[in-house]
Amino acid sequence: MTTIAIPPGMPQYGDVPSYDVAAVRADFPILDRKVNGHPLVYLDSANTSHKPRQVLDVLREHYEWRNANVSRSVHTLGTEATEAYEGARAKVAAFINAPSPDEVVFTKNSTEAINIVAYAFSNASLRPDADPRFRLGPGDEVVISEMEHHSNIVPWQLLCERTGATLRWFPVTDHGRLDESGLTDLVNERTKIVSLVHMSNILGTVNATSRITQRVREVGALLLLDCSQSVPHMPMDVVDYDPDFIVFTGHKMCAPSGIGVLWGRAELLAAMPPVLGGGSMIETVAMSGSTFAPPPTRFEAGTPPIAEAVALGAAVDYLSGVGMRAIQWHEKQLTAYALDALATVPGLRIFGPNVPVGRGGTISFALGDIHPHDVGQVLDSLGVQVRVGHHCARPVCTRFGVPAMTRASFYLYTTTEEIDALVAGLEQVRKVFA
Amino acid sequence: MQVDQLYQEIILDHYKHPHGRGLRDADDPAASVAEAHHVNPTCGDEVTVRVATDGAVLHDVSYDGYGCSISQASASVLHELLAGRPAAEAFAVHAAFVELMSGRGEVTPDEEVLGDGVAFAGVARYPARVKCALLPWMAFKDAAARAGVDTSPTEVQG
Repeated sequence: MTTIAIPPGMPQYGDVPSYDVAAVRADFPILDRKVNGHPLVYLDSANTSHKPRQVLDVLREHYEWRNANVSRSVHTLGTEATEAYEGARAKVAAFINAPSPDEVVFTKNSTEAINIVAYAFSNASLRPDADPRFRLGPGDEVVISEMEHHSNIVPWQLLCERTGATLRWFPVTDHGRLDESGLTDLVNERTKIVSLVHMSNILGTVNATSRITQRVREVGALLLLDCSQSVPHMPMDVVDYDPDFIVFTGHKMCAPSGIGVLWGRAELLAAMPPVLGGGSMIETVAMSGSTFAPPPTRFEAGTPPIAEAVALGAAVDYLSGVGMRAIQWHEKQLTAYALDALATVPGLRIFGPNVPVGRGGTISFALGDIHPHDVGQVLDSLGVQVRVGHHCARPVCTRFGVPAMTRASFYLYTTTEEIDALVAGLEQVRKVFA
Repeated sequence: MQVDQLYQEIILDHYKHPHGRGLRDADDPAASVAEAHHVNPTCGDEVTVRVATDGAVLHDVSYDGYGCSISQASASVLHELLAGRPAAEAFAVHAAFVELMSGRGEVTPDEEVLGDGVAFAGVARYPARVKCALLPWMAFKDAAARAGVDTSPTEVQG
């Protein structure tokens, strides 16, 4: 990376918050292991992140010390478990600057969070007395983009099939950016919801959302941001970004799998009909009918993933301790380094932005015409773990005319030495398939 | 595990210089022709296998596709081993290949039966890649069934 001298008096590189990467790595026990005789080089954090000891300790401590069901017990363990669970909700709310913990709904993952919103639309569409913002029918439109993960495509396709609404989408430019040129046509008076990825899991693109938010407000639609790839890697402030819903998942941000988040404006969550019915989500139940609890409980039927939620709270503490600004900057430096380093590999083509601006530390590429499965297999033999395939974003692969891509993705514990190992591994791949 | 156990020279040869690639019409207009298209949804590998047969002999096994070296080399070996063979023999080979790939590296392949297919013994040690190797073989089985060949295993044993 070229470092340009910044004139005195301006903000300097040294002003950017930083942290000791080696010290952070020491918190992640798995980073010490070897794979196929080589030190582990884990470049698949966009798929799932590793978990620091601090999070694993909380998980274990929860089960060893305060394991009980939540929101229903008068006994001490039940009270402590409930406090831990609700405490985690408050931590998550603070992490994204949500005005109230009651705006944080715990889900299984981002997929479930998106489905809750989609099914709330579906259920509202069947009830004439439901809030009109959630009622969909023929003539109404739902807008997504071509760079969505399947989890932000399929629920809306299914919703449109059920309601007769029309699904539309933003295209993607050759540089892997969102093509906003048709914004005013695409988002119009018929639009009920725009559901857009904040950072692409395959192209690494970070979408600038303000113009879209403004247009969504103009037409009176709702905006959902899929923040699965952004909340783990950069500061998120839902007041500043001003969407109506965001979703993200714990396992990509140092927490266990099985816990995710739907954040929604209190007023909107209150207007949404329930989706899953069952225990906990009710106000009162009679054989003749039931009434429902206010949010967030209304959307948390059944026993939730309690320990996982508590561990997500610990993960939020951990990430905040390192500092989200510092993590974002560390990954920006890694991305700049990796883009430069990958450019030296003959025959390598990067999909998505090739500058470290408006993108995160997730880089997909092709190596000549060598199939990504073969690239990934040879890299694995050298301990380098990358993802290969369509990355649950097949329309992006189709857009760029390939059936699959190889993807390297970074996190707070990734080092430039690991990127060097990737580049060296790619040389080995080229030798095998020369 | 060494990656060259997976990428045997034979596999790379079949990948770089595939045998019998391309979907072909039957020479004999009376032959029954059918094909099957299979995909590996996790990686986007695709293969189409076409079988031309009189019911007893597989006059041709042709294919086309796109995918990783393992899936494409496997299609080349499939063609080489099965094209022109009596159906019963072909399914004995098919069964041997499936057994090899399901063996987690514990099955010793018989070169008399599997020819270049023995090179895939190493693939069986990589569970993530077994599907790649089996893709053309599963498409072949579907195509043969559609062409009216009896693919039931009891017939193969007989």
